[in-house]
Amino acid sequence: MHFAEPLPLRSGAVLADYTLRYETYGTLNAQASNAVLVCHALNASHHVAGTAPDGSLGWWDNLVGPGKPLDTNRFFVIGVNNPGSCFGSTGPMHVNPATGRVYGADFPVMTVEDWVDAQARLMTRLGITRLAAVLGGSLGGMQALAWALRHPQAVGHCVAVATAPNLSAQNIAFNEVARRAIVTDPDFHGGHFHAHGVVPKRGLRVARMIGHITYLAGDAMEARFGREMRQTELSYSTQDIEFQVESYLRHQGDKFSEYFDANTYLLITRALDYFDPAREHGGDLAQAFAMAQAQKFLLVSFTTDWRFSPERSREIVKALVDNRIDVSYAEIDAPHGHDAFLLDDPRYHGVMRAYFERVAVDCSAPGRPKPNAPPRGEDAAGVQGAQ
Amino acid sequence: MSERGDLEIIAGLVPAGSRVLDLGCGNGELLAHLRQHKGCSGYGIEFDDANVQACVQRGVNVIQLNLEDGLALFDDGSFDVVLQLDTLQHLRRTEHMLRETARVGRIGIVSFPNFAHWANRLHVLAGRMPVTRALPYQWYDTPNLRVGTYADFEVLARKTGLAVTDSFGLQAGAVVRRWPNLRASMAVFRFERR
Repeated sequence: MHFAEPLPLRSGAVLADYTLRYETYGTLNAQASNAVLVCHALNASHHVAGTAPDGSLGWWDNLVGPGKPLDTNRFFVIGVNNPGSCFGSTGPMHVNPATGRVYGADFPVMTVEDWVDAQARLMTRLGITRLAAVLGGSLGGMQALAWALRHPQAVGHCVAVATAPNLSAQNIAFNEVARRAIVTDPDFHGGHFHAHGVVPKRGLRVARMIGHITYLAGDAMEARFGREMRQTELSYSTQDIEFQVESYLRHQGDKFSEYFDANTYLLITRALDYFDPAREHGGDLAQAFAMAQAQKFLLVSFTTDWRFSPERSREIVKALVDNRIDVSYAEIDAPHGHDAFLLDDPRYHGVMRAYFERVAVDCSAPGRPKPNAPPRGEDAAGVQGAQ
Repeated sequence: MSERGDLEIIAGLVPAGSRVLDLGCGNGELLAHLRQHKGCSGYGIEFDDANVQACVQRGVNVIQLNLEDGLALFDDGSFDVVLQLDTLQHLRRTEHMLRETARVGRIGIVSFPNFAHWANRLHVLAGRMPVTRALPYQWYDTPNLRVGTYADFEVLARKTGLAVTDSFGLQAGAVVRRWPNLRASMAVFRFERR
């Protein structure tokens, strides 16, 4: 969907003119009260669920769909690709209308709050004044929290999974290493690599390898790869692949560098770094959440997630409890590290299902009878609008 | 809580409109009851995954924590009532937990199996550890780390600096005020900070 009105950004810059690519699943009811926005993390997109025409499965398809924990037979679910990303919404690989050239490094720096504002405009266009819930994991969880803080009247429930109130020094450090890998790739050309007809794939590969290590729990990595060798005999080479874990990381890096945009990687990791709702309140997170009284929250963390650890989720829980805000918090004992939020652990999905059943009750509550919606097709994709 | 009657008796101790923290809230039944019938609000703390899910299903605020890690999440005096029902016996740091309860809440309400109930005494007299409705486990598989008596708790409360404002026994869903240490399988104490 195209937006002609400029989007003012936190940095003071504006995004003059932009397009948001989105997908929806399920049916918006007559009162427009059953909408759930799903916010994506670093390398995901608007394609949340179902099978796209190219055969790719949505990144949260195990959670979102007909009869799934976020049941699209009951909810109207929206996935939006954020501006600055590289899956169809306006991003650094598109032409800057002001110059007639590809944005590249000139694409304005985006924050989590800017994304939320862009998403809010899309909701307005879709005729949704109040979301039954906003849901996100990791960076998506930050967007869900930012929704609750920026548009408190427009959100019923905020579901934030495997997220944090801000990044730790260690988190920022990992992001910085990844960014340096990209920026120092000779093919990066200061971000204007399009003009040179190249892509800084080497930098992207290394960035992805670093990121991937942080998404996995050490024990899970050990269990999956251990010291398993590619061949039985050592080849005494410093550059060939000896261990399976090397092979796996290189493969992940190669795959990623084929589809992901280098400037997008820089922009999105920066948005992660900048997110810090307590900052405007002298570091007091409870004060930041004081305006979120109208919402109910569900927070979920995973015990082996060292990138967005349970302690970080508990900080958010504390800020909510200090404000006497309704919150439930599940700490799932899963072995998979940060990646667990994308997997279908039965305890995790059990809590999500139970919570969304409550959301469904809330959004069909007094004066909002559930309409007799026509039966939906069995088409799991349910992709209705893709723009 | 084993009995519906027990639940109503405990609920009767909680002032209407209270902010309640329920430590070891189980499936959230009591919190849901307090919200519905007494206009209370608050949170439950639960460690067990199935119970957490049951609370979420009921729409009861539940926070998944190990009580052994303490109540650092909660500020001093941030609740009117802190409940700790049938939970204390599962915790290693009994005294610490009682202090935390009194720190976080204005009123603390505790219940636990009374080991001095006559039925338990008979078991011990016969040379065996008791296995009863209130203490349903064999000695080798019990999750109860601390077994104490009604009378023991009075001593501990004094030592911990808690002012007991009410106490009684529970037996078969009824209040026992006469010789509770002998006649009741469960002990209930309501206390405040001294």
